[in-house]
Amino acid sequence: MRFHFSRADLRDWGLWPAVLWTTLFFALPLAAMLAMSFAERVAGKITFTWTLANYAAFFTRAGGTFVQALINSLEVTILATILSILVAYPLAYILAYRVPAKWRRILLVLIVLPFWTSYVIRSYSWLLVLSQNGIISQTLLDLGLIAQPVGLGNSRFATVLGFVHFFAMLLTLTIFANLIQIKDSYRRAAADLGANNWQVFWHVTLPLSLPGVAVGAFLTFVLAIGDYITPQILGGNRELLLPQAIMLQIGRQADFPLASALSMILMLVVTVAFLVSAKRLKMERV
Amino acid sequence: MASECKPCRAVREAFNRRSVLLAGAASAFVGSLGLRSRRAAAAEELNCLVWCDHTDPALLEPFEQAFDCKINVKEYGGTGEAVALLEQSQPGDWDVFVVDSVDVPNMVEKGLMAELPDAEMPWADIFPELHQKQLHYKDGKLYAMPEKFGYNALAFNRDKVPEAEARKAAVMWDPKYAGRIAIYDYYIPTMEMVALGMGIRPDTITKDDLPQIRDKLLEMKKLASVVGDVPTVQNALITGAADIIVAGGEYSVVNLMKENPALDWVLPAEGGIRWMQAIGVFASSTKQKLATEFVKYILSPDGQARLATSSCYWAMPTNSKASLPDDIKKVLRWDEQPGFIAASYPYFIPDAELDAAMQEVWTQFLQA
Repeated sequence: MRFHFSRADLRDWGLWPAVLWTTLFFALPLAAMLAMSFAERVAGKITFTWTLANYAAFFTRAGGTFVQALINSLEVTILATILSILVAYPLAYILAYRVPAKWRRILLVLIVLPFWTSYVIRSYSWLLVLSQNGIISQTLLDLGLIAQPVGLGNSRFATVLGFVHFFAMLLTLTIFANLIQIKDSYRRAAADLGANNWQVFWHVTLPLSLPGVAVGAFLTFVLAIGDYITPQILGGNRELLLPQAIMLQIGRQADFPLASALSMILMLVVTVAFLVSAKRLKMERV
Repeated sequence: MASECKPCRAVREAFNRRSVLLAGAASAFVGSLGLRSRRAAAAEELNCLVWCDHTDPALLEPFEQAFDCKINVKEYGGTGEAVALLEQSQPGDWDVFVVDSVDVPNMVEKGLMAELPDAEMPWADIFPELHQKQLHYKDGKLYAMPEKFGYNALAFNRDKVPEAEARKAAVMWDPKYAGRIAIYDYYIPTMEMVALGMGIRPDTITKDDLPQIRDKLLEMKKLASVVGDVPTVQNALITGAADIIVAGGEYSVVNLMKENPALDWVLPAEGGIRWMQAIGVFASSTKQKLATEFVKYILSPDGQARLATSSCYWAMPTNSKASLPDDIKKVLRWDEQPGFIAASYPYFIPDAELDAAMQEVWTQFLQA
């Protein structure tokens, strides 16, 4: 008996490592978390009672605090995503169309540089910059613009700033990668037909670059809404975001079932965000 | 052509590429030999599950040298995390456990702790109020030794807050300090501190007291500039974002006082919460003898002095004979300890029902 492998068979077999990886490190942990979300923590012990109590607690516990935490998370994340796009798009545009090719590589390295710093260190650095005796407050004092030191840290503003600093760079890369794929002939054709620079941008460049914006915005949304470190360090617990509420259940209370239920709700939000932006997500364009 | 000075040339020749590579290879070889010989020499290893203060090499090295062993430390940040780690481990993986004293009975109940040789422990030198036998003994058997303690009290900046005011609990909600108060974010000691300030003893808190404690917390939240963990509130004090840390204490400032002498801590007249951590040996450890020796070393005057000032956080040694230098005694307010111990209340751990209610109040406070 002879075994014969067709190209299609080999292609199917080639998928197995990816399937195995996804099963082991995504599907199984997710299933475990889902199962845990139906358990109960009673007298310090976790019992699988297949209850919906943890999901009900999301709406009822502590006077609706968890719902408010989700709303806070959405507000902060959406604000950070929009601001990041507003910072990143002009930067990517200049990089793609205004900077000579020989300087692009250096500028790209400069853009990536902040990623090489530890996330925690970067957040604490911002806290020092924004503190009452930080550089911003001291400069404003020296210029006579304020009479008393002003502290900008430990606030929603600081959290959003921390997110924008990090994610604007990520968005710049995804948008830049998209912009340089747009053929020059499209823009030249529009110009030949009488469009001015603004019209070329508005009717040609911007629509064609939206997949890059969408991918970057989606990544920013997913990473920011699940982030615990930045709001914890820069937000000063002035308000609670959902990842902080989740950590509160684990770190202090070891209430893994409730933490799992809250995590599943967070995952649901991310899934909705994915479905909303799915039409625009064309990874091959980035 | 530019000339080159003699020393410069000598240096250049000495460090040509080949010599640097050879030197690197040689040092790597020698280094590996050293590592191998040291590992070979260290006949035994102890695996310790600890709070971060036990990771300081200055604390561990004297024992490693004296007993020719290697100490591996794994730090954790909360008892829940430690329990999760233990549940994922095999029996025998761990030898020494450093845990909050209030959690010792639970660990003994789970069968995790080994009996310690009571007679060999320096009980006579441990502050009497810290013996707390109900935590460290079960059925007359000793399972853990109190090794370090401190207070959730008030930390403050002397330049901004007079010590006389910091010695009164009401400073925690004094509108004069609006926007300059940091609140430590561990709900149990902080809520108990607030209760003390309101005239409620921590061990008498019931669910009926929680509404008034919540109202006071919400009042405090309006005055607070930050609510956070230890590094966060420390950072607030250092950067001027806060002048007071509610439920702070020696652990949050004494290691910073050398750089900033204005930082200080004190126990208010109304009292404070006394935390304590204990050290014991895992029942499943296969190195009981060496692990017990490590416990004895930690409780010795030298071990206690090193533990008190270990790099992660400083606090009081439970051994009153700890070899503390005068400058350390001063920042730890060592002379005031008898009075502070008498005026403070041990950590009160609520039952599951009260705990859940307290967590709910705390979550509302965080969200406010």
